[in-house]
Parts: sequence; C-alpha cells; structure tokens
Amino acid sequence: MRRFIERHPLWSLFIIVVIFVFLWLVFATWPPGFEAIFGKKKVFLNAVLNGITLGGLYFLVASGFTLIFGLMRNVNLAHGSLYLFGGYMGFKTVAWTGSWLFSFVVAFVAAALLGIILQYLVFRRMEGQDLRQTLVTIGISIVLADLMLWIFGGDFYQIQTPDWLVGPAQMPFVTAIKSSGEAVYMTYPIVRLAIFAASVVIGLAMWLVLNRSKIGMIIRAGVDDKDMLSSMGVPIQLVFLLVFAFGAGLAGMAGVVGGTFQSISPGEDTRFLLASLVVVIVGGMGSIPGAALGALLIGLAEQLGSVYAPTYAVVLTFLIMVVVLAIRPQGLLAR
Amino acid sequence: MIKRSLGLAAFTALLLAGTAHAADKIKVGLFATLEGTYTVLGEDGVRGFQTAMKKYGNKFGGKEIEIIMGSSDATPDSAVRAARKLVEQDKVDIIVGPLSGDEGIAVKDYAKTHPEVTFINGGSGAQETTYVDPAPNFFRFNMDGAQWQAGLGTYIYKDKGYRKIATVGEDYSFIYTQVFGLALEFCGAGGQITNRQWVPLGTKDFGSVIAALPDDVDAIYLGLGGGDAVNFLNQYQQAGGKAKLIGGSIMVDQTILSAKGNAKNALLGTVAASGQGDTWEAPSWQAFVKAYQDAFPPEKRFPSPSLLATNYYGAAMGLFEGLAKVNGDLSDGHKKFRAALASLVLDAPNGQIKLDSNRQAIGTNFVTEVIDDGKGTLYSKVVKVIPNVSQTLGYDPAAFAKIGIPSRTVPECKKY
Repeated sequence: MRRFIERHPLWSLFIIVVIFVFLWLVFATWPPGFEAIFGKKKVFLNAVLNGITLGGLYFLVASGFTLIFGLMRNVNLAHGSLYLFGGYMGFKTVAWTGSWLFSFVVAFVAAALLGIILQYLVFRRMEGQDLRQTLVTIGISIVLADLMLWIFGGDFYQIQTPDWLVGPAQMPFVTAIKSSGEAVYMTYPIVRLAIFAASVVIGLAMWLVLNRSKIGMIIRAGVDDKDMLSSMGVPIQLVFLLVFAFGAGLAGMAGVVGGTFQSISPGEDTRFLLASLVVVIVGGMGSIPGAALGALLIGLAEQLGSVYAPTYAVVLTFLIMVVVLAIRPQGLLAR
Repeated sequence: MIKRSLGLAAFTALLLAGTAHAADKIKVGLFATLEGTYTVLGEDGVRGFQTAMKKYGNKFGGKEIEIIMGSSDATPDSAVRAARKLVEQDKVDIIVGPLSGDEGIAVKDYAKTHPEVTFINGGSGAQETTYVDPAPNFFRFNMDGAQWQAGLGTYIYKDKGYRKIATVGEDYSFIYTQVFGLALEFCGAGGQITNRQWVPLGTKDFGSVIAALPDDVDAIYLGLGGGDAVNFLNQYQQAGGKAKLIGGSIMVDQTILSAKGNAKNALLGTVAASGQGDTWEAPSWQAFVKAYQDAFPPEKRFPSPSLLATNYYGAAMGLFEGLAKVNGDLSDGHKKFRAALASLVLDAPNGQIKLDSNRQAIGTNFVTEVIDDGKGTLYSKVVKVIPNVSQTLGYDPAAFAKIGIPSRTVPECKKY
C-alpha cells in the first residue's frame, strides 16, 4: 500500500479523491442545486447498487471462465452454453420440486457433468492447440444452443423467486429529507442483495481455497508450470478435470441466478459469453481478483450508462475494454 | 420444433424443385425474428402464417406454393440479409416479412432495388415504412404502431382519469411510432407526458431504469416487447413497484401474457391498445382463434394467438386472396397481382382491412384491459373498438405531415 503510494503519488491522490467523492455521493444528503443538475439521489444510488449486483452475476460466470483459462489455457467459448444449460436445469428443478435452493445444486452438478464431458472428450484431445480449441468450442456452443432451442423452445423462462426474497428491503441510505424533517430511506430488491452476498461468499471461498489450501497450492503450481507439477507425481489430468467441472458448475449456478432476477431464453448464452470475455479481458486473463474487478466495472458501466447516457449504454462496456487494451493490454490485475 | 419441421418441409420441397418445372411453382420467402429478443414473437408469427396455409391450401391456378424460410433478429441488417438471401439465392417471387419496426424500414428500401419481387410486410409497424417514400412493390396489411394506439389516449384520459404519465420504451422506430400515436391523442385531450425514457432493444437489467421512473405520475406507459418486457416486469415486481401501468401493443400481448413464471401478473388490470383483443366476440375472430388452436397442440402455441400471429395471418390472407384473384398468374411481372393486392378488402380476423394509396392498411383498433380467466391464464379483454383507423389517424394529411416522423422527441406533448 505504502509502496504503491510512494511509486505513484498522482495516481494515489486521484484514487483517494474518487473514493472520497463516491462516499460523499452515497452518504450525504444531496443539496437541491446538485440534484437539479445530476438527477435524484435515489436514481444514482440504485444505479450504483444495481451495477454492483449485476457485477456479482457477471463475476459468477466469468470466474469459472478465467479459472479454466488460467490453469489450462483453454479458451472455452461454450461457457455461455453452460450458463444457459444451468438456467434451464434450475427452472425445471424449481418447477418439479419447488425448492429454489435445491435448484442451485442441480444446476451446478448438471453443468459440471457437461463440463467434464467437454474436458474429457474435447479439450484433452487438443491440449495446447489454441486455435483448434477455439473453433471447436464455437461449434459446440452452436450445437448446444440449437439443441436447447429444440428442447425448451424460444420461450422466456423466469425462475420463480422464493417468497422470502420477493419485494424490497430498506437500506441504510437516506435519499431525501421530507419537509417534515423525516428522512426517506432507500428501498432495494432483497433478491439482488442476496445474489450479491452469494457471489461475494463464493468469490471469497474461491480465493481462500486457491491461496490457503493444498488443492489451491496444486492449482497455482499448475498455472505456473504444469510440466514440473506432473513430474512431481501430481495427477495433473485429474486436477484439470476437477477445475473444469468446478468452473462449468459455477456457470450453471450463475444460470439459476440469472434466470431468477432476469430471464433465460435463446441468445442469453452468447450474451453471457461476451460479458465474461469482456470481464476477463478488462480484469486480466486467469486472475480471480481481476475477474471481480472487471465484473464490477462492467456492471457499473452498464447500469450508470443506462440511466445517464441510455443511447450509449451499449457502447460503454466496449469502450472500457478498448481503453484497457490500449493502456494495459494484459488486463488490470494480470501478473 | 415447428421451425424445424417447416425447415424440413422446405428442404424436401427444395429437393423436389429440381424435378418439377419451375413455372409450376410460386416461391414464397417467409421470414420472421426467429433469433434474439423477439424470438417468441417470430415463432408465433410463423404459426399465424401456417394457420392461414391450412385454410387456403397451397395451390393457386394449378401452381403450387413453395415456402422458403428465413430468419432475422430484429436488427435492420439481419432483415436485409435474410431478404437478400431469399431473393438472390433462393430466387423467390414473393417475400412475406419482416416482423420488427426497424427491419421494415430497411426491407422497404431493399424492396426498391428488386422491383420484380413483391414484398408483403409480416408484422413490422414503424410509420416510416409506408409513410415516407414508400416502395411501389411493398404492401402492408397490418396497421402501424401509431394506429395500434388509436383510442388509448382518450380512454386513459376520460375513463381512467390519468392526467400525467411517463413512458418507458425500447429505443427504435416501432416504439417511437407507438408513443407517437399515444401522445397525439393523450396530449390532444389535455394530458401530460412528463418523461420519456428510452432503453436499448435487448436490455436485460432494468434495475436502474425502474429506479429512475418518476413517482409523481398517474401511470407509466410501457413500450417494451419480448424478453425485455418479461425482464422488466420481473424486476419491477422485485423492486416492489406499485404504479398503474399502460401497455403498448407488444407489451400486453400473448407473447408476454403467457410467459413462464409469475412476472406477467404485474400486468393484471393494465390498459392497452392493439390491433386485436383476445376476447373479441366477432365470429371472424373467434373462428381464427379456433383455427389457430386446432392447428397446433397446446404446448406448441399460446392459449390464444398473439398480435404477431394475427399480423402474419393477415399478410398470408392478402397473399393468398391476391393469388386466387389472378389465378396464380405472375407472368406479367406481377402487374395484375399487385393491382389485385391493392384493391383487396380483407375480412380479416381483427376486422376489415383495406389498403390506402401508400399500400398501408386501414383497419380496426382495440382498447383492452388485462384480465385473468380464473385459471391463471391472462387475456386482453376488449373495452372499446375503433373501426377505420387510417395512417394519418383522422388528421388532415397536410397537418399530419407537419407533425414530423416519430422519434425520441416527436411529437411534442401538445394539441396539434
């Protein structure tokens, strides 16, 4: 921290100012003149929270993508299909059993199994051949998309939110002061908060496992030098298989999340593939903290953009990607 | 599934085409949005067309109709690509499509470069398509977005007592046209539109858009469709939204009212206007609903046809009745056929349809309210029927032209 400040005094000052302004925007009651120019505080706060929660969803999808890439250098362009597949599985489970939480388990297992099949039958046969892997996975994603369209049709599936997550919650942020002096607190959908909390927990757990456990040690060693690792007697192919299954399972779980607070339908697979590509390019290929930062940035850009510059909201995320590629092509948090 | 079996049928037909003599066939290219946000709408459009094929058969004057399918994703370039493939590669005589607003404008322009092909609009409803510089070989048997809002502004002002409303709509020509029709009537009656929000087509996360909705209005008008509409309603419920809603023509439609999940329940009681009303008692409508229901098993269709099924059915009626009139004869460069199309008076399911001098439909419009049939199925119940709605909405053509082309800010909220 201190070294960073010593090395980049101007950047540090800039970051501190940004953080201070942000905290003021969130916690202070906005003066009327400011509201007239900038719009209502409620809108701003909502956009920020939405950006963060949407970032949580992006993180769930992208972290699996980046984990697989980091370890195996596999660019799995069928990752979006795993998301969509998990979403459909989740919907069917909720429809049959009525249990929302159980649907996460089913979606995780189903997508992980599909991932294992992919790894075993496809990636293992073309290890180290980037172009072939890319082309083959594009082909697989098209086949899977058509199969799912055939089975589930083009309808929009929206997974039933459990009753205890429906409706808004009161947040500890004052958005306005009534003329009577009473403070108006902000309300926010509970389900989005739950999703965000879940993605933070998963993110932290992943970080802990990677950095504090023996399995994590093996995986990190594999990222650095997999030949050396396998020569030390570690069953590297099994590690690959497990990591691939885990990454695919995360995408499947994200499908349930996405189906709950958005909806799932044909086309969502490519949308989330694109989102995770942008996220890992911004954050840095193969880095979990990078995926978190990238997801946060893209989520915020999308949501703030949709309020303050709706016409250009679509371009904004790609603009961020272009800027990052221009000034730090390896990604913000890449080693 | 249907798409697939139809594709298979088209494929077999293609194989047969090699043996049969080319002049014995009339090739019709049919395309709709079978990809992207509007997939469900496109699929039901195709079902509407197939319902008509069952009724009219596929032989006119000894010539067999051969259908070749195409697909687009609601963007203008995808529509032109689909049309170009059908015209230049499959060499079709007639095209039925496209489905969505921006697509319509692009395909109309493309139609001008191929005067030998006749284009019949599938379901697209941007005003510009037939109003600005229309193509002589482009026919539209459905009304445009503004016509589909006829009666709504007056109804919400007089019967519902709304004075101030805000609008949220997808950022493209069809929704501009819808808000255009709403604003002319509602503002003309004395109402106020305080805020117009535009979101990109294909928006999935509406959290911030919902937060930015003004709370000092009587009701909020929603001009969304397909997946966007379902996502909006879902997130609107999660945010605890309570405002009264007004729906555009593809917002309150079977494509949304029969979506899976309970997001659609936010629409109960919503007032809307469209080129059809699900509960209309007219025998022609009831017969059409029955034909649609009989044509497909329940899990492969909606409980009742959507606006897009009705539009494609209307387009198919125009096509087949036109062909019947000329006995399938297109040998004179479509001259007789086009004259027949222009003079058709269709007894369509959703009321009588005839074309004006721009080959744009004049038809019947419906103001509706969403009801539950008691078994969890939602329908739009007809509360008002407005016959003979023309593209200029009853304005003097010169005065109408002065209002301008529908856009994000046109028309202003005032009496014209």
